[in-house]
Amino acid sequence: MNRLVIEADRTERQYWRDLWRYRELFYFLAWRDLLVRYKQTVIGVAWSVIRPLLTMLVLTIVFGKFGHMPSPGVPYPLLVFCGMLPWQFFSTALSESGNSLVANTNLISKVYFPRLVVPASSIITSFVDFSISAVFLALLMIWYHFTPAATVFLLPFFIALAFALSFGAGLWIASLMVHYRDFRFIVPFIVQFGLYISSVGFQTSSVVPAKYRLLYSINPIVGIIDGFRWCILGASQPLYLPALGLSLAATILLIITGLRFFRGTERTFADII
Amino acid sequence: MTASAISVENLGKRYVIGHQKSKDDGLRHALEQLARAPARWFQRGSVRATRPAKREFWALRDVSFDVKPGEVLGIVGRNGAGKSTLLKLLSRITAPTEGRIQLEGRVASLLEVGTGFHPELTGRENIFLNGAILGMTRVEIKRKFDEIVAFSEVEKFLDTPVKRYSSGMYVRLAFAVAAHLEPEILIVDEVLAVGDAQFQKKCLGKMRDVSARSGRTVLFVSHNMGALANLCDSACWLEKGRVRQVGPTRSIINDYLTQNGPSRDRVLPLASLPRTSGGDGRLKLTGIEWLSDFPLRHGEPMRARIDFETYSAIEDVTIGLGFANIEGTRLLTYDSDFVDGTRPTLRQPGRHSVVVTIDSLPLAPGVFNLDLGGKSSDNHSLDYLPGAAQLEVIPGPSTPGSIVRPDGGVRLSGGWSWDIAEEPAVLPA
Repeated sequence: MNRLVIEADRTERQYWRDLWRYRELFYFLAWRDLLVRYKQTVIGVAWSVIRPLLTMLVLTIVFGKFGHMPSPGVPYPLLVFCGMLPWQFFSTALSESGNSLVANTNLISKVYFPRLVVPASSIITSFVDFSISAVFLALLMIWYHFTPAATVFLLPFFIALAFALSFGAGLWIASLMVHYRDFRFIVPFIVQFGLYISSVGFQTSSVVPAKYRLLYSINPIVGIIDGFRWCILGASQPLYLPALGLSLAATILLIITGLRFFRGTERTFADII
Repeated sequence: MTASAISVENLGKRYVIGHQKSKDDGLRHALEQLARAPARWFQRGSVRATRPAKREFWALRDVSFDVKPGEVLGIVGRNGAGKSTLLKLLSRITAPTEGRIQLEGRVASLLEVGTGFHPELTGRENIFLNGAILGMTRVEIKRKFDEIVAFSEVEKFLDTPVKRYSSGMYVRLAFAVAAHLEPEILIVDEVLAVGDAQFQKKCLGKMRDVSARSGRTVLFVSHNMGALANLCDSACWLEKGRVRQVGPTRSIINDYLTQNGPSRDRVLPLASLPRTSGGDGRLKLTGIEWLSDFPLRHGEPMRARIDFETYSAIEDVTIGLGFANIEGTRLLTYDSDFVDGTRPTLRQPGRHSVVVTIDSLPLAPGVFNLDLGGKSSDNHSLDYLPGAAQLEVIPGPSTPGSIVRPDGGVRLSGGWSWDIAEEPAVLPA
């Protein structure tokens, strides 16, 4: 028989075991969000494709045609789409997981389960969108008769990095949102500005001057976007290692501090939310 | 193994009042504090001393009790006595401020029926979702799926989104899932207040099975004294966050009912009573004043004015008054649209009142619970106060035509006349 002891001012030792016990809840919450998302829409899942497609078209026209951004060696739409892929994933994961606790108020105030499940499962939901977009990218590459570089096998590493970065940032936003609903307004700003500030619509190496490159790479998503391009598009998109290092460092930092902050505030979620 | 399944020692939970509105909270304050941090390092102490103390409130304090394995413990207490807080602490939704809880075995809690049900999902999908939220594994849910469906009696609508369910179906399905959990300890809040009487009975039976057959420990909160007496071996009476008395259910219920005797005041304020269910904030019942004889008299006219406030325009308003017995079973309902279907539309926000008259009060002498409520045309609850007060009905000079007894029986006016054979007769068999 398992014994459970609850004491004031002490974090539970059982937490990680509970997380394992509730592992299926990750799946069920993500499954619920996916099932519900396109209920009562006419074209349903097609929205997952249309959203990144339209953004790509807009960026291609604005940056490529009007802005004459250079895209050496690859068709411009491919360059944009390779940047869009991680960016879209990061931004939806960030907003969804940031909102997730507040959106599940009824659960949090009425049932116990490790709260970590909630933001984590909303990232899984965003990952499904990501996968759909990835298939679309494959089609786009076939259209352009573009063979992916051999480095494409390293892509899972960058996907994992994007996953971890969104999770770390999502934990922060989610627990802050419980206390301060201000973040409901802050997050859309981050997402909106981020699209233009990050190297989604252009190639970092040909637009950002070399002396500012390191400074520019403080934005952790830059290293990931460049990594995606390097993996998929190959040698025309050289990997800038300091940027990758910065992304890695930021991700680890966010995950560690995010987990600590989340665990620290978790006990009071039900009282405050 | 120790002797108790649940052991609670000196448990306490403190809340900070007005947390949401307090100036000390909110992002601006947090940022301000952060910006001022360097300054504070230099003048440590002085700044901190000037900070206003937040108002604190102990929802629960010094609570200790033990529950033996297989025991069913009922928890009684008035609204705001700390019952819900206790359940939240036991089910780990919130953490205690002080004290210790020790639980032996898997805990499942049911603080609300259908937590996590999603209106857009079908009954089938919701069974899986809700089961997972309550801590069941997918294999477990699959194994019990047919049983759950049979218990809920909604087979035909399994593939219909639950937003199209009637509220009865919804509750049945939700309870069916919860009833098939197999925890060693089950914690149940006032979930049976919903659902029809027949289903309530079925649920009570199921809960009884849970504890009797498999030796599970159950903690049960209810205002329904009948259900408590029926189900629980012993009871714990909470008052103002502390344990007032623990003992056999019957004696606790008796003491509790004696203590919380009938209201002696002709005017009863309602605005500050805690609302546990219903209401969307458009209307609030603020008070009731008895205009006729008080205490109420059996068989005599009863008149009362119900005051309420509205905060926006509401169409087709009905105010309702009901009497229930001490166990919480409704005996009499009298809604303002009952006689002629009049449902006024209240265009202006403000204070309104309505006077209710019953020509001859049919309630038999005894003590009753007063239920008050308001609803709008679409049967949408505007405000609901079950057990707003306890009222005593005293004998009157006359006997009304029909009488409603506290056990729910009704004596009607009319009669029976007999025609009895005087001679034996031979009848064909």
